[in-house]
Amino acid sequence: MNLQTPLGRARGLGSAKSGTKHWWAQRVTAIALIPLTIWFVVAMISATGNDYNNAQQFIGNPINAILFILLIVATFHHAQLGLQVVIEDYVHNKPMEIGLLIITKGTVIVLGLSSVFAVLSITFGVA
Amino acid sequence: MADFTLPKNSKIKDGKVWPEPEGAKNTRTFKVYRWSPDDEENPTVDTYVLDMDSCGPMVLDALMKIKNEIDPTLTFRRSCREGVCGSCAMNIDGTNTLACTSYNSEVKGDIKIYPLPHQPVAKDLVPDMTHFFAQYREIEPWLKTDSQPPERERLQSVEDREKLDGLYECILCACCTTSCPSYWWNSDRYLGPAILLQAYRWLADSRDEATGSRLDQLEDPFRLYRCHTIMNCAKTCPKSLNPAKAIAEIKKMMLERQL
Repeated sequence: MNLQTPLGRARGLGSAKSGTKHWWAQRVTAIALIPLTIWFVVAMISATGNDYNNAQQFIGNPINAILFILLIVATFHHAQLGLQVVIEDYVHNKPMEIGLLIITKGTVIVLGLSSVFAVLSITFGVA
Repeated sequence: MADFTLPKNSKIKDGKVWPEPEGAKNTRTFKVYRWSPDDEENPTVDTYVLDMDSCGPMVLDALMKIKNEIDPTLTFRRSCREGVCGSCAMNIDGTNTLACTSYNSEVKGDIKIYPLPHQPVAKDLVPDMTHFFAQYREIEPWLKTDSQPPERERLQSVEDREKLDGLYECILCACCTTSCPSYWWNSDRYLGPAILLQAYRWLADSRDEATGSRLDQLEDPFRLYRCHTIMNCAKTCPKSLNPAKAIAEIKKMMLERQL
């Protein structure tokens, strides 16, 4: 039985005084992804028929490499922000919610870092 | 996880089919949600057939006719019968709206009437709005000032007064809030469209001096940022207001004080 007053229940633990950064980052990454995705699609279409050396040269070009890294960072950052909202919306079991948030964030960091590493190793000819 | 199915005792069953009026030529069928806290029964949907030649044009007229002439146990809230008080908010033909401003003729087929969704039901069409009004109290919906009170009324320019248009008309019927999926899943913490529109009504008021602390209280991943611009609120509002726009304005204010 909960004998807390309705106002006490509504106020709960109070305001977290955060959330604006998350909301703003989601908008900014979304807008950044529009030109980056268009560039990526155009680049991939024009790269059809390239052989391995041509593709390596294309990614190794400093401008292309930086655009690739920007695309990777924006995509994975945006994905993480979106997944966080979905989990917060629907998962109401606190330990499971926190676990899922850590797992998704960790997965996104690993995938993003791996992709950036792949671009860099092609650029610098390590691989 | 969020619950996507109803618990066993909430499953809605077919209810009583009340006898049709004798000799009526122009009839409509009303399917009305019924539930009573006094027994252990599941909710049901009762069927009433009304003679529309002796019934008023509004859904509220039909509900009153049922209560007066067929079934006095039918329970619902109503007061002003003209869209000002917000008491008769309910789900009619799948949309949250006011029974007093909804025409029977605008519904095709059987007229289905349920209480506002996702609220605890007190009885039949009466939802328990305790939490909704506690959340309204939470945003402190009154003018707050620290300056010395003026000798006369607090003045406002015509332009500043116009900023309250589209906000002051809200009658707190809760049609928008109870139509919002975000509110369904997280009503314990998310304030919902009606309360956020009311919060913006005070943020937009040029006479109020507590804008910063009001924003502090709202800046929260759940209280404010559970709004994902689903826009059900603007679609369902029986006063044609746009709570989603008011929420967007609050988010813009949040950003403005950081940039």
